[in-house]
Order: sequence, then C-alpha cells, then structure tokens
Amino acid sequence: MNEFFSLMKSELVLTGIIFLLLFIKIGKGVKNETLLPLIQVLLLANFLFGFFLNKQGRLFGDMYYTTSLIVMQKNILNLGVYLISLVCADWLKKTQHLAEFFLLMLSALLGMFFMISSANLLIFYLSLELATIPVAAMANFDLEKKTSAEGAMKMILSSAFSSGILLFGISLIYGTTGSISLPQLGQLLDNSPLQILAFIFFFAAFAFKLSIVPFHLWTADVYEGSPIAVTSFLSVISKGAVAFIFMTMLFRVFQPMAHIWYQLVVVLAIATMVIGNLFALRQQNIKRFLAFSSIAQVGFILVAVSSNDPMGITSVVYFVLVYIFSNLAAFGVAAVITEKTGKENIDDYKGLYKTNPFLSWILALSLFSLAGIPPTAGFFGKLFLITAGSANANYWFIIVVALNLIVSLYYYLRVIRAVFMDKNDNPVEPVTISAPVRLGLLICGAGIVITGMLSWIYDYIYTLK
Amino acid sequence: MNLLVLIGAPLLTALAVLAARNRQQVRWISLAGSLVQLGLAVALLLAYRHERALQQTAQMLFEQQYPLFKSFNIGFHIGVDGISVAMILLTSFVVVAGVLVSWNVEKMTKEFYFLLLLLGLGAYGFFISLDLFVLFFFLEISVIPKYLLIGIWGSGKKEYSANKLALMLMGGSALILVGMLGLYFYAGNTFDILALSKSTIPGEIQHILFPLLFVGFGVFTALFPLHTWVPDGHSSAPTAGSMFLAGISMKLGGYGCLRIATYLLPEGAKEYATIIIVLSSIAILYGAFATMMQKDLKYINAYSSVSHVGFSLLGIGMLTQTAITGALMQMVSHGVMTALFFAVIGMIYDRTHTRMVADMGGLMKKLPFISTVFFLVGLCSLGLPGLSGFVAEMTVFVGSWENPDTFHRIATIAAAMSIVVTAVYILRAVGRTVMGPVTNPEHLELKDAAWNEKLAAILLLAGILAIGIAPGWLNDLLQPAAEEIMNRIAGK
Repeated sequence: MNEFFSLMKSELVLTGIIFLLLFIKIGKGVKNETLLPLIQVLLLANFLFGFFLNKQGRLFGDMYYTTSLIVMQKNILNLGVYLISLVCADWLKKTQHLAEFFLLMLSALLGMFFMISSANLLIFYLSLELATIPVAAMANFDLEKKTSAEGAMKMILSSAFSSGILLFGISLIYGTTGSISLPQLGQLLDNSPLQILAFIFFFAAFAFKLSIVPFHLWTADVYEGSPIAVTSFLSVISKGAVAFIFMTMLFRVFQPMAHIWYQLVVVLAIATMVIGNLFALRQQNIKRFLAFSSIAQVGFILVAVSSNDPMGITSVVYFVLVYIFSNLAAFGVAAVITEKTGKENIDDYKGLYKTNPFLSWILALSLFSLAGIPPTAGFFGKLFLITAGSANANYWFIIVVALNLIVSLYYYLRVIRAVFMDKNDNPVEPVTISAPVRLGLLICGAGIVITGMLSWIYDYIYTLK
Repeated sequence: MNLLVLIGAPLLTALAVLAARNRQQVRWISLAGSLVQLGLAVALLLAYRHERALQQTAQMLFEQQYPLFKSFNIGFHIGVDGISVAMILLTSFVVVAGVLVSWNVEKMTKEFYFLLLLLGLGAYGFFISLDLFVLFFFLEISVIPKYLLIGIWGSGKKEYSANKLALMLMGGSALILVGMLGLYFYAGNTFDILALSKSTIPGEIQHILFPLLFVGFGVFTALFPLHTWVPDGHSSAPTAGSMFLAGISMKLGGYGCLRIATYLLPEGAKEYATIIIVLSSIAILYGAFATMMQKDLKYINAYSSVSHVGFSLLGIGMLTQTAITGALMQMVSHGVMTALFFAVIGMIYDRTHTRMVADMGGLMKKLPFISTVFFLVGLCSLGLPGLSGFVAEMTVFVGSWENPDTFHRIATIAAAMSIVVTAVYILRAVGRTVMGPVTNPEHLELKDAAWNEKLAAILLLAGILAIGIAPGWLNDLLQPAAEEIMNRIAGK
C-alpha cells in the first residue's frame, strides 16, 4: 500500500487537486479573483512536492512503472502548467468557467502522466486519449469565437483519426506478437512485414500528436483559433509529454527496427524543420507564427531522437525544459498584448520597445532562446540536441540541420526587428502587467538566462537515465 | 594572474551599467569599467612576460579548468599564450576607445553601453577559451549585441545590414558547429583544444573538417567571397559598432582560422593552402580596387578592411613561421588601425553630417587635431614605415617569400602590388577631405575634437606607434606561439 502511494505520488496529488476543484465548483460562490490564486498555489505546491518521496518501481502487474527520469519529466510538465497558470492569468481571470478549464487541463495532464509511465499498450492508449480529448474541449473555450470552435473541431477530428491509426497499429502488434506489454515487446519484435506496417501506423499517430510533417496541417489553425492558454499548453506541455513517450517507444520497444526508423526520423526531421521554417517566414499572426516555429522545433527534437542512445533522451528532456521557459515567455507576452489590446499581428508589435520595454526584453530573450543564440538556454538546448544527433557521423544531416538554424534565426529576427527597430505611428499603448503575469514572465526570463549557465541541471538529468 | 577577472570585469561593468540611474552614471561607469579592463590587459601582458622570462615553457599559461557539462566532457578550460595576450590587449584598447567615442550617444544610452560591453565580454571570453564549446559560446554571444547595435543605433539601410550580418555570421557559425562536432567525435569525445592538438585525426577526416572550420571562421574575417556583410555592416553600424566589428570581431575569425582550423587540422591546412592563398590574394586585390570606387568614407574603410584582413589570411595560407607571425601582427595592427579609422570617420561625420568625400575639403583648417589623426591613420593603412601597418605587412611578405616556388611568389607579388592601389585611394580620400581650401561654407563653424575624442584617438595612436616603432615586444609575444603552430604543421 505504501508503495502504491509513493510510486503514483504525482498522479495521486494531481487527482486530489482535480477533486478539490470539483468540490469547489459544486459549492459555487467562489469568485475567479480568489479561485485563481488558490489554483496557482496548488499547482506550485504540486510542482514542489514532485521533488520529494520519489521511488522507482512497477505497479499493477507491470502495467505502470516509474523511474527517476520519469519523475523528472513529470516535474518538468508540472512546472509548465504552473507557469501557464501565471502567464495567462489575465485571460483566465476573465473566463466564465475557470474551474472547468483547470479541471480539463489537469485531467489532460493526468493522462500525460499515465502515458509517460505506461508499460503496457492498453494503459498507453487509454492515457493518450485522456491526454487528448480534454484539450479539444479546452480549444473551444473562447465560446463567442467561431475560430475557437473551428480549432476544436479540427483538433478532435484529427485526434480521433490518429487514435484510430494507433489502435490499428496496436492490434497488428498484438496479432503478430501476442503481447501488449512494452518490456516484452522489445524482445518479441522480429521485423516481419506486418510488424513494420504496425510500426508505420504507430509512427503516424505520434507524428499527428507531435505535428511532424506531413501530419502538421491541423496545428496552425488550432493554435490560432484557441485561447493562448490552450495554445501554450498544446505547444509546450502536450508536445513535451508526447516527445518523452515517443522516445521511450522508439528506443525500448522498437529497438529491433532501429535501422528502419533511423532513416524515417532523419527524413522527417529535415522535412519538419524545413517546412516549419519556410511557413513561419510568411506568417503575420503571432500565434500562427509561434505555431510554425514550434513545428520547426519538433524537427530539432527529432535530430536528437535519431541518435538512439541515452544522450538523446537526456538532451530532449533538457530541451523540453528550456523550451517551456522560452515558449511560455513568448506566449505570455502575446497573451498580455492580445488580452489588453486585441492585437495579434506582428506588424502591431512595431515600436513595442518604446512603450513596453519589459515585455520587449522578455520577448527578445525568448525569441533568441528559440533561435538558439547564447547566452540564452536555447543555445545549450539546441546544441545538445545536435550533438546527440551527430553521434552517427551523418555529416550531411547535421549540415542541413545547421543551415536550418540560420533560416529560423531569420524569422525570429523579423519579430525582434519589429519590436526594437521599426517605427510605428500607432504602437501598442503601455500595458499594465498584473502581478502573477509579471511573476510568470520573470520566472521564464530567469529560466532562459540561468538554465544554460547552471550546467549541473543537464548533468543531473543525465545521471537519471 | 587569474584569467577569470577578464570575464568578470566586463560582466560586472555591464551589470553596473544596467543598475545606473542616469546617462551620466552610465557613461562614467562604462569608462571606469573599460579602463579597469585595459589595466587588467596590460597587467596580463606584464605577468605573461614575467612568467616567460622565468623560463616558463608551458604552451599555455595561467591555465584553469572547471568541469562544465560533465556528461559531454565539456570543461571550462581557460589559458593564454602570446597570441591570446596580444588579442586581449587589442580588445581592451578598442573597448576603451569605443566607450569614449560613444560619449554623446543620446538614444537609449544605457542599452547602448550595455550591449557594447557585452560585445567586449564575448571577445575576452573567446580569446581565453581553451575549450571549443566555450569558445563557440563566446563567439556566438556577440550576435545579439551586434544585431541590435546596428539595427537600433545604425544609419543608412541599417535593418538590411543588421539582418545580413546576423545571418551570414550565423551561417559561419553553423559551419563551425558541424566542424566542431566532427572534431569532438573523431578525437574521442573531447572539446579541449590542447587535447585535440595532441590527437591524431585521420587525413580523410581532416579533408572534410578543415574547410568547414576554416570557411566558418572565414566568414567572420571576410574570407572572399563571403565578405559581403563587411561593407554593409560596417557602414551602417554606429561608430563604436564599426570599431568593434572591424577591430575585434573580424579578428575572432582570424584567430579561429589559425588556432582551430589550421592548428588542429594541419593535414587539412596543407591540402587547402593553395585555395586559401588564391582566395586571400583575390580579396586583397579586389578589396583594394573596390575601395577606389567608393565615395563614402565608411565604405572606403570597410572595403580596405577586406583588403587588409586578406593579408592575415594570406599569411596563414603561406604556412611558414614568419608568415604566420606576420598574419598575427597584421590582425593586431589592423585592429588598432581600423578602429581608429572608424573613430575618426565618426568624429568627422558628427560634425559635418556627411561621409561623402566630395562634400568635404580643407578640414585641416578647422579641425586640425582630427585631420592630423586622419592623416596618420591613412599613412598607417598604406603601410608607411614607422607605423604598424608596414611592420605587419612586411613580415607577411618576408614570410611568404620563404616559399620558393612560382605560385607562392606570384601570389606574394600580387598582394604586394595592392599597396600601390592602397596608396592611391588613401591619399585621394585623405587629401580631398583634409587639404585645400574649405569647400563647404557650413564647415567654417566646426569645432575640433573634444577631450573624450582626443583621448580615444591618442590611445589608439599610441598602439599604432608602439607596434610601428618598436615591434619587438609584439614579435616576442607572437613568435613562440607561431612556432608551436608550425611545429604541429610540420609534424614535429
């Protein structure tokens, strides 16, 4: 019993918070002004508690397992959700259904926790659904906006489609091996054609969730239509969680097919980067822009995935941590400006520095971090991804990746140029930043600057493997 | 001497600038901080000479090593040899002068000085790093300041130039990154330069990695035909920005070409030396002829920088000890000279509000101090004996001549001929602006240099003269390091 509590600690605490929110909702009468700080405190407590009482082990007849690396991954996701609750506080405060929003978000997070910890295809599939369906409901949260409904529709349809594909893959795997236990599958796979087909289905389903080209088409519309809180959850937390389990699947379960998926990952990494970058060049809406930039970032994650060694896992976990800080800072600034002025276009950001220097510096930091320029943490994140990926001595691959860094720098500079250099007769007026948002942005900014300098963070993650 | 102070001092200065409350404080803090850096650099020079006088024969002195990313075997390894000491000295001179000439920047003063000091920090860190990863970090750290300095405080088509510069330098970095990772994996998972210099990397791998690294660093130092960011970047940047770009940033590239590409991959260097010589000879001649056509003073100096920096690359390509020493001297000499050149152009522009040669004339009458400095720096640029340019270029030529075959001789002669062209454009530009009657009546009201400008000019002039009249000290610094590099190339 004791083991049950300590191994499933993250999930149990999260479930506790979900129930608490449910009771608060039933009780009614709690205003957003009091509820939101309460939720923020709960999420912070949840994040901090993640560092205590950790154990490794298996539960439920090998259906669920946890290791210190998995705990670390969960902590990173917890941190991300806490930061979202801070940087999007302005929007959250105004929404009519605050409790429901967090109910959905935390349920999705719970699904992700189970997904990362799953050691069985059944649990994996269930938790993946739990992690997806609430997000579609969240995407629809701007009830008056048509685009929000459209985004939610696209999201749920593409999710359903990819789930179907995944189920097909799972059934083929079960049919050929007679097992759904992940540790066993690693030994049972013998690369028969049917299994390779199953793998392709698996891969396609993951590609949907990670918006890897050519399965990326839903991303931009959903990101643009959804409220920014949801967009940032989708682009940071969802992606991070799926990237973690994706690597586990490839490295553990599909290890016998490594020579096959290596080619696939290399080709798709290049395609994802190139397409993400090229489309990001043309975007006017800041949310669409960040959507395509996040597609390109997934391409870089795939570079490390191609390494097929523990270095790759470490660098992806580290990159997701850095990515949470960088992307949430960018989304946070966009959220503040959209919420206060309704402006979403990059052209509206012209001359922002004159009126809002704090927001401008945070935005510049986050964009430089996304572009991978030192001294920001993004530099280390990207560099380690590429270092891990170059272990196979595939020079052409690495050169293409490095060239993509230049293209991505170009479009990030476009925004920075608008903010710092371009003149504007009608700039965004000075915006008052509420305390939680300021705290969230400062945490992100500090994370961007410090995470790279503190090299023990990386080394610590490395020891967890 | 603890080398960490060389990073600590600029960092503290930059942070203090951020904390400053008004423009006055910002300027004085920056000046004090940069003077401290100058003092540290001079102290380093003395300490280094002292150690060497005590027969300290280690290749690198004042070494320190801290583990950084242990899992990647990356260490914060720092240390200096003669080349680094010379470059650090150069950096500190340019930083002080840059702070002084920017005294009257009114737009966002705090941000301006912060970024300027950050640029200096990157250069100091770069020159003391003995770990490729750390070195790359410091190389890249200057991208943000350069971009913002040109884009915000620049003139002309500044957004275009800032973008072009950032992207081209990023392209260079991308190549360096690939080459660096190649070295890392082939030399047994280490980024440490000293460890790499002892490892043997197979010839066919050097064949791939050398061009990546050399061209990558070459972009920074205007390797033909990747020099196109230089004229735009330099002419659009604010005065201090141009001084930094031409005086320090381009030297980062030259240092990398020599220390990383040539030193670590000697087989590759031998193989590609011909191409380097051809490209640098073209750069020298092309730069010189292109300068003849320019009408804008900043463009004149920018193109002449392409030509002058070509001499350092030529020296590296010649692969003799004297030529490499000359290449290094040329880096230092050109750094001081071009910084002064841009500073003077900035001073003239601040007064006349034009940089067009044709719009000026007879400035000597109204601006005697500035005009005299302008004259002197022009003479240095065309290689007058007694000034630094002559010493450096002469050493390169002597070193080049040590190669007895026709190809090297022709390249040397071609490069030497560019001096004539240099004389033409320099004398024409300086003569038209400075000599003769005052052509523009508005220029009759001009005031000569203020104290800060005089101080900056005198400081850099002192550098030029110190190299030009008594080059021995610089030679003593650079010669042993060049010998070390040559030993590795010769396979000893």
